[in-house]
Amino acid sequence: MDSPILQVKNLTKIYGQNVIFQDISLDVNRGETIVIIGPSGTGKSTLLRCINLLTPANSGQIFLNGQEITTPEANEDRVRQQIGMVFQNFLLFNHLTALDNVMVGLTKVKKMPKARAREKALYELNRVGLSDRADHYPGQLSGGQQQRVGIARALAMDPSVMLFDEPTSALDPELIGEVLGVMETLAREHMTMLVVTHEMGFAREVANRIVFMEKGSIVEQGKPDDLFYRPQHERTREFLWKITELYGNKEEKHE
Amino acid sequence: MSDVPEFFLRFWPQLLQGAGITLLLTVQGLAAGLVLGLLSALARVYGNKFWRGLAVGYVELFRGTPLLVQLFLIYYGLPGLGITLSREWSAFLALGLNSGAYQAEYLRGSILAIGEGQMMAGRAIGMSKWRAIWEIVLPQALRLAIPAWANEPVSLLKSTAIVFLIAVPELMAVGKTIAARTYNPIGAYVTVALVYLAVVYLLDAFLKWAEARVKIPGFEAEGRKA
Repeated sequence: MDSPILQVKNLTKIYGQNVIFQDISLDVNRGETIVIIGPSGTGKSTLLRCINLLTPANSGQIFLNGQEITTPEANEDRVRQQIGMVFQNFLLFNHLTALDNVMVGLTKVKKMPKARAREKALYELNRVGLSDRADHYPGQLSGGQQQRVGIARALAMDPSVMLFDEPTSALDPELIGEVLGVMETLAREHMTMLVVTHEMGFAREVANRIVFMEKGSIVEQGKPDDLFYRPQHERTREFLWKITELYGNKEEKHE
Repeated sequence: MSDVPEFFLRFWPQLLQGAGITLLLTVQGLAAGLVLGLLSALARVYGNKFWRGLAVGYVELFRGTPLLVQLFLIYYGLPGLGITLSREWSAFLALGLNSGAYQAEYLRGSILAIGEGQMMAGRAIGMSKWRAIWEIVLPQALRLAIPAWANEPVSLLKSTAIVFLIAVPELMAVGKTIAARTYNPIGAYVTVALVYLAVVYLLDAFLKWAEARVKIPGFEAEGRKA
């Protein structure tokens, strides 16, 4: 097997007196879809932000394609081009059309000629099923459509890894399916993905591995079936039981 | 009062010229103020301690003292330090510096209203901080600022009247000349006031047109929430 595309080693994040997470180590293999689950306030989202250097970690190391990105010499703007990020509240650029949202990274960051960038952006929009919305502004799109543009914007940079920070938490239930559908397709195309979500249906069906985090540490990780049916820790069992009861019925609907 | 129509017929070339100079002073002051205001607003939101301090000092100083005092200090005061500026330059400098301080506040408010999420999203696709400011934050902040900022051109246009005190031949100075020549101050100043009203009206119409032109569907509500 290849060496991991993304390696997190003993990562710790502290805000003031609060330990957000401590000593997290995680290897992500090429083409793997990892779903991170766990109670709120466990540091899952902060972990994603640290991986993409939006928030500096206090200690530990992160390697992307074998290169350490947590050294002071690493060019963080360049690193972020290789790590796509999808946000809970979409964060589309409100003054740009869907097409320009996807294009702007290509023209302004990658300095791609306009015609080529446009072609690439249209391809990515088509990938998320929104080529007919290219000229719409974010304010004219539904939440689900906005999030799919958000995914296209990240994909356009051809990242090695995609990070999803609760991509469906801000969506109305009937719009969740369209976003999960796009993510499922990406997983099947072997995009490397790290997904923080409460969508247990997605975790069970799509993930290669589920990581259960609680109180700033990884409690347990493994194949979905192992975690769901043969958890090693009582806490994992409790959490999965609770969350499946809470969200389970809803998920059946959009599968 | 009944002389007003006659004044228009008799003095229209002077009134037109005065209004032209008034408008020129306004546009120049506004442009200089926009550059200064933008730099100050960016310094206050994104700058380090030094730049923040400098921007705060500038804004407080020029918002906290009368424009007339600033104008006199520049025109009559600076020569004492060996810097002599023409009337036009003094008027331009005073109006630009003063307007910049006000514009800084409008722009700072709208930059803050855009929120950190937009910046984060820009950084996440590999933009540097300044590129994200230029490509993402400012295009939205400037649009958001327009409704409040649109007071500034009108306010500045009326403020230009005080530069007649250093004998710049703008509209107010024309009014004073007419008043002296006709011994009819009421008629003269009513005439001038009507010209100011007309220019303000045109300026307002232009600003509304410009605002509509750069408007983005759905952005206003979304932008304010974000």
